[in-house]
Amino acid sequence: IFAFLALMCLILAIGNGIWEHDKGYYFQVYLPWAEGVNSASYSGFLMFWSYVIILNTVVPISLYVSVEIIRLGNSFYIDWDRKMYYPLNDTPAQARTTTLNEELGQIKYIFSDKTGTLTQNIMCFNKCSINGKSYGDVYDMSGQRIEVNENTEKVDFSYNPLADPKFAFYDHSLVEAVKLNDVPTHRFFRLLSLCHTVMPEEKKEGNLVYQAQSPDEGALVTAARNFGFVFRARTPETITVVEMGETKIYKLLAILDFNNVRKRMSVIVRSPEGDLTLYCKGADTILYELLHPSCNFLKGETTEHLNEFAGEGLRTLVVAYKSLEEDYFQDWIRRHHEASTALEGREDKLSELYEEIEKDLMLLGATAIEDKLQDGVPQTIETLAKANIKIWVLTGDKQETAMNIGYSCNLLNDDMEDVFIIEGSTSDDVLNELRNARKKMKPDSFLDSDEINIQFEKSSKNQLIIPDEQANGVYGLVITGHSLAYALEGNLELELVRTACMCKVVICCRVTPLQKAQVVELVKKYKKAVTLAIGDGANDVSMIKTAHIGVGISGQEGMQAVLSSDFSFAQFRYLQRLLLVHGRWSYIRMCKFLKYFFYKNFAFTLVHFWYGFFSGFSAQTVYDEWFITLYNLVYTSLPVLGMSLFDQDVDDRWSMLFPQLYVPGQQNLYFNKVVFVKCMLQGIYSSLILFFIPYGAMYNTMRSDGKAIADYQSFALMAQTCLLIVVSVQIGLDTSYWTVVNQFFIWGSLSVYFAITFTMYSDGMYLIFTASFPFIGTARNTLSQPNVWLAIFLSITLCVLPVVGFRFLKAQLKPTPSDKVLLKIKEAKKRPPPPSPKRRLRRTSTRRSGYAFSHQHGFGALIMSGRNMRPKSPFATTGTFSPNSDKYKHKGL
Amino acid sequence: MKNKTSFPPREGVAQPSRCPDNSAFKQQRLPAWKPQLTIASVLSSFFLTGAFCLTVGVCLVLSANSVREVQIDYSDKCSDCTKLRENSSNWNKECHCSANFTLKEDILGDVFMYYGLQNFYQNHRRYMISRSDAQLLGRNVNMLQCDIFLFVMLTIRMTVFDSQMLLIVFPADTIELFYNRNSSVIQVPLLKTGNSWWTDKNVKFRNPESYNLSSAFAGTARPPYWQKPAYLLDEEDERNNGYVNDDFIIWMRVSAFATFRNLYRRLRRVRHFAQGLPAGNYTFRISYNFPVSKFKGRKHVILSTVVWSGGSNPFLGIAYLVSGTAAALAGFVITGIHLKLRKKKTYFQK
Repeated sequence: IFAFLALMCLILAIGNGIWEHDKGYYFQVYLPWAEGVNSASYSGFLMFWSYVIILNTVVPISLYVSVEIIRLGNSFYIDWDRKMYYPLNDTPAQARTTTLNEELGQIKYIFSDKTGTLTQNIMCFNKCSINGKSYGDVYDMSGQRIEVNENTEKVDFSYNPLADPKFAFYDHSLVEAVKLNDVPTHRFFRLLSLCHTVMPEEKKEGNLVYQAQSPDEGALVTAARNFGFVFRARTPETITVVEMGETKIYKLLAILDFNNVRKRMSVIVRSPEGDLTLYCKGADTILYELLHPSCNFLKGETTEHLNEFAGEGLRTLVVAYKSLEEDYFQDWIRRHHEASTALEGREDKLSELYEEIEKDLMLLGATAIEDKLQDGVPQTIETLAKANIKIWVLTGDKQETAMNIGYSCNLLNDDMEDVFIIEGSTSDDVLNELRNARKKMKPDSFLDSDEINIQFEKSSKNQLIIPDEQANGVYGLVITGHSLAYALEGNLELELVRTACMCKVVICCRVTPLQKAQVVELVKKYKKAVTLAIGDGANDVSMIKTAHIGVGISGQEGMQAVLSSDFSFAQFRYLQRLLLVHGRWSYIRMCKFLKYFFYKNFAFTLVHFWYGFFSGFSAQTVYDEWFITLYNLVYTSLPVLGMSLFDQDVDDRWSMLFPQLYVPGQQNLYFNKVVFVKCMLQGIYSSLILFFIPYGAMYNTMRSDGKAIADYQSFALMAQTCLLIVVSVQIGLDTSYWTVVNQFFIWGSLSVYFAITFTMYSDGMYLIFTASFPFIGTARNTLSQPNVWLAIFLSITLCVLPVVGFRFLKAQLKPTPSDKVLLKIKEAKKRPPPPSPKRRLRRTSTRRSGYAFSHQHGFGALIMSGRNMRPKSPFATTGTFSPNSDKYKHKGL
Repeated sequence: MKNKTSFPPREGVAQPSRCPDNSAFKQQRLPAWKPQLTIASVLSSFFLTGAFCLTVGVCLVLSANSVREVQIDYSDKCSDCTKLRENSSNWNKECHCSANFTLKEDILGDVFMYYGLQNFYQNHRRYMISRSDAQLLGRNVNMLQCDIFLFVMLTIRMTVFDSQMLLIVFPADTIELFYNRNSSVIQVPLLKTGNSWWTDKNVKFRNPESYNLSSAFAGTARPPYWQKPAYLLDEEDERNNGYVNDDFIIWMRVSAFATFRNLYRRLRRVRHFAQGLPAGNYTFRISYNFPVSKFKGRKHVILSTVVWSGGSNPFLGIAYLVSGTAAALAGFVITGIHLKLRKKKTYFQK
């Protein structure tokens, strides 16, 4: 833009040189050159600087001031937003920096911590279906289902001293059923307390801590514990359960472990009474095929419950049991032993045996576990993903846990073509794994003809910006910290970035805080994208500081993250509002502001440029100098501020409903070089109209009373009035959200203009400040002429109508995605009830279960082998209590 | 979003809550009018503007055409005088020339006489900044503050500013109009006052306060090509003399462009000329004081009538016609495109 300014000045200066040479030289009789000027070229040189002064209004200082005001205003909106206020710990959202608002509308990569950010790190047993009866919902007196909140009365587990006090359940009927010794209910909880691979830890008597491979299993066992089936201890051969106050030791005969194909696990135990039972829990789709035909009716009812649970986003499992006959089992266990010691095809043989025994199961019911993510996390992630934001989870957790969370918060799902797991432990392994992944996503990315490969060869490695590549499907990538360390080394960086950025989701597990920052740095280095890091703990600080925008969750883990962040709030789900609503608005407002501001200053300044050709390139201004002073300061500053503080193309509800609206921001579609050139051209066009219409109208004409009107002052007044009205109409066109304030500002500015003009051009002002206000009487004499007004009207029409037509046709012929969305919204608004923003996250039945296990082999075999076992818990057999005696006192206490 | 509604902000918390106010302003929920470009509004704006522009354009063109205008370029006719004046030492020699023209029809109504100049850069910045409004208001201004340029010349002494003296330019040609009627020559009566803006005459320009004008201007330089000093511009009318001389005021209203015309005289509608200018032969008698040939200037004298929209400038009318047509055409094009698109859309929907 400065080049443009220099160019204009240069043209005018050369013009001046030529003019002085051609005409001014002969005109010296009347208009001698200034002192010291003795050649046309020197005069041109001086004129260059005069024009620099006159034309510098294309980049006015007030631009920077206004930008700051807008940023500040939009930051205040974030602070003030009630929908980002978390009432539980009284935390409003906070914008800690005011300079990054519009970047919030351009985020492409989000780097998120897991613990404390996505999750509350709590799993809880939420609902179940036992023998065709669903438990877990709370009903009020009239039988209406009510929402569970913190005021709902919890079930009293005081009859059970071993209960976990943190466990909350709201349906009293289930406890009743337990207390009434309902057989299926007891069997259900017995199953939960037996069929798992959880390790108990009891450092202090009664204070049980479970070490579960997956948090879900822990939740199930905890649930059983609270309902009176306390899993107390395990040895390789036994499981100790305190069953309604009665300690029972089950003999653990076999664990039929979980794997991804089986999607179920079973245990075979012998009860103290000597009954042999197989307990099985697993994904409904799998288990349903193994059921005994006699449970068909129950199956139907359970399915209904399962659908209901899954619809609420709960993770479900079906549980079943089977009584075994002694003879058959002895035969089976022998074959099992043989199979497990076989040298060849052990896996196959084992799974055949498993298949054989897990048949004709009796359905018991289903469990539903709520993964205690933070509220609204899956929805937020779904929305953000729709907004084309790539989410990278960087966590210190184990791979399985991380992936589980990934599944439960909808980061990874079954719609993905594949989830690549990078876990190589040498640099070459990692490279191969990355390459294979990339090959699968985009087979031709290794050809020499691929654009990016060509680009690689051309440019030096250091300043390389990798353009976005499109994968042939939706992929996820999981990488372990160990592999990441290799991948972050020099030559693998590029591979990592190219592969990882093609995936929709990347999960890095077991990463150190430093690696978190390195990953962010990597993406910043190779991608032209705005990154955002969100986290809550001290280990996220480096990442938050590295990313363009850091967001701190003001949660439990102290304030370090918040203190080093740019924005902070209490819950992860507020991120979507921050980005999709505030970020988008800020971005759009800023873009509109810049577009309009450049337009108005181009239109304003270029008139001088055209006038230069008619005034001997003498740096004569077109407008009154007061107008030049006040134009950016008073006449046009407030309407544009009003627009950029209040404008909303769509309101917050719609921008959350249509996350696609966020995409133009990421590609910076609203203000880039093309847009800038466009508004420059528009400004040039307007300035042409603004100069030549008054010129034509004034040229050799006179007033309707015969007096002359073609004088400089009338022309100046006419041009500035045209200009002001045109830019006001233009802002009216740009404003899509006319609040009272906008109305006030726009109309106010116009009336202020006329008021000030008439005042400045009045007799009194002239007599007092003669030198300052030489335009006396111009307003009165000029603005009373009909042809002046006709010229003004004409220039407005010519400036504005083409813009209207162009915008309309553009929206009709080449609608951008956001235009389409706006159209949809418009149509949706016509229908009386707009679609409810409440959407339930429905999972299809194939997706709904199996998450209760880790997505890897369990370690059932380890338990059975007895290796790695802790010494038997000293308190394992001491507990006895009766569920009905409230005054129970534990012996050991 | 479900969760957002499930945590209603608690009311009446004892501690002052940090919950933001629920005002429409802070929550960005101010009621607003949300205009959108719809086909109806766009088309109606195009067609309405088109119709309006066409109507106005027709009116303007008709009225501009009804203006009768006679323009005579006398720069060449007075080439002798030009030559004489080019040598500035001959400034005080009188030189007259004349230009004849014939009116085939009567010019009825008020007739105005203008002088026109071409190629005269009155809008040059150096020209503009050289004036001192305070002086023209008749105030005694500290000489040192005066810029050296043209208008100032009237009142400052001829001292160091010798070389700049040439600057004051007043097209001091005097033009008289004669009507040749049946071989008798009648001078057309012309009004020389009331030609300037009221504000200029009464507010902006004032003579220096002094018991008589010539003493007030004593010691001032006579600008070049001025036959008379400022205090002798109109010896008959005290209120038209010095700075408040109408010709002077009009000249001082700087034109916006290098080509311009200024009102010089108005026809005084008496006797033969009560209806305007009758058809016949006329002669302009020009006392030529002001050479323009050096900078390739042209001088005109113009007789014209006026209408409500001003003079004979057809620009506005044509511009209105053109833009009206363009708007209407664009309206049709947009309609066409819209209809085509809608067909396509319904086609796809089927």
